[in-house]
Amino acid sequence: MLLQQLLNGVVVGGVYALFAVGFNLVFGVQRLLNLAHGAVFMTGAFVAYYTVRAGGPLILGFVAAAVASGVLAMIIEVVCFRRLRKSGDAEFGAIISSMGAGMVIMTFWQWVSQTQVLRFPFDTVPVVIYRFWGLRVSLLQLMMAAAAIAIVLVMAWFIYRTAFGRQVRAVTDSERASMLVGINPNRIYNLTYFISGALAGAAGVLVGLAFNNINFTMGEPYLMFGFAIIILGGLGSIPGALMASLIFGMVQTLSIAYLPSGLTTAFIFSAMFLILLVRPNGLMGREEAGSLRGRR
Amino acid sequence: MLEIRDLQVHYNGITALRGVSLDVNQGEVVALIGPNGAGKSTLVNAVSGIVSPSAGTIAFEGKPLHSSRAWTISGMGVLQVPEGRQVFPQLTVTENLQLGATALRGRKAGIPLDEVHALFPILRERAEQLAGSLSGGQQQMLAIGRALMGSPRLLLLDEPSLGLAPVIIAQVFAALRTLKERGMTILLIEQNATLALDLSDRAYILEQGRVVMSGASKALAADADVVSHYLGVTPEG
Repeated sequence: MLLQQLLNGVVVGGVYALFAVGFNLVFGVQRLLNLAHGAVFMTGAFVAYYTVRAGGPLILGFVAAAVASGVLAMIIEVVCFRRLRKSGDAEFGAIISSMGAGMVIMTFWQWVSQTQVLRFPFDTVPVVIYRFWGLRVSLLQLMMAAAAIAIVLVMAWFIYRTAFGRQVRAVTDSERASMLVGINPNRIYNLTYFISGALAGAAGVLVGLAFNNINFTMGEPYLMFGFAIIILGGLGSIPGALMASLIFGMVQTLSIAYLPSGLTTAFIFSAMFLILLVRPNGLMGREEAGSLRGRR
Repeated sequence: MLEIRDLQVHYNGITALRGVSLDVNQGEVVALIGPNGAGKSTLVNAVSGIVSPSAGTIAFEGKPLHSSRAWTISGMGVLQVPEGRQVFPQLTVTENLQLGATALRGRKAGIPLDEVHALFPILRERAEQLAGSLSGGQQQMLAIGRALMGSPRLLLLDEPSLGLAPVIIAQVFAALRTLKERGMTILLIEQNATLALDLSDRAYILEQGRVVMSGASKALAADADVVSHYLGVTPEG
């Protein structure tokens, strides 16, 4: 039973990771919180739903969702952040402007869906249950875990092993120095926002499938979890976000299994406070003074 | 090679440069000296496209730079080693050097890594270390090495001696002398006028945003006024 819950926790954590890694990637590069990230996530679910409803295969829905969400995130960066970053007070302004963008997107999908809860057609993912070592794993769970692991591995390879990823990390360290070596930071911002949005969109499809519930408010709780995960993992740290996501997934499934169900959310956030007591900068966080040194 | 005419820069309500004209010819080392706040850094940053001039022109080999973006200017081979080093602290020494080659943009192949290592052997020893963990002098060497990887046609050095111990300054300037002997064109910003006049062929003295004196470095170093004003003061000025 415990092993089963841990397995479920890893699957849930993997989906959180897709959401939070992109959220934290953008935060790391620009030091701005994109409060429309939940709306981008939801957009992924809607795009996949309408693709499948139009007769497209699920895989096409996935790709369409990732691309649409990625492009949406790029647009949000240009519209909400690019001009603001030239002002001295971008951090606060960005919170309000991205919150506004989130509302625009939510209202759009509310209008499109006519405030209905949408469900993928039955058998979009065939209900198949595998049993081994006394554990039960559904095909959908396997898909979720595989997608999460694959996407996170590709991301890690991209950020730490490619020339382009090196440029992303250079801009994260110092925008000014990166311009002096010939990097166009705007190109890097476009790219990181696209990746961030595409990951969120993929997470949205998986969550829409797992709960078979797509509606215009589905991004909100994930935005809250996203905050908690980047604080717990360490601001701007990708490995930290990954670790924190898995911890959150496990704490959530374990508390659902063993504790009164109404307390789940309270329990997750209490776990966050407990860990922060011991590690105030988060699991993989650097000292803030250190990470800001050399910027601008 | 570099022609600056009547350059004016205003920012944050301050007039930093009030009509500066300056030339750097191919193969020359030109020093720009003057007290803190004279506008020396503003001038290199205007050349690099980090600050935009309000009037005047900057041309590199006849092409105007004053309305280009910083990354385009770096891509043309006008490369700055910024004040305070500004290495990428969370990246390794090797990654910092590799990033320097971004500026090549398919111009010819850059200065090979081996040559940078030969100039600054410590960068080979510390190859896998994070740049942020290096000492100030090592970071300065890394910042110069990073610019060299982009195969500079004009190297802009902003206060390479700043905050370094004398023995380290000697090492850095020995490397700069090697570059000079190889024919590198350099515009050197320095508060330490003795060092700057010693290395350079020609020099400009900047005060309150204006060129107050210019000429051959040897002549300036022999000039009584210059000596009492700029060489007499402590290097930290």
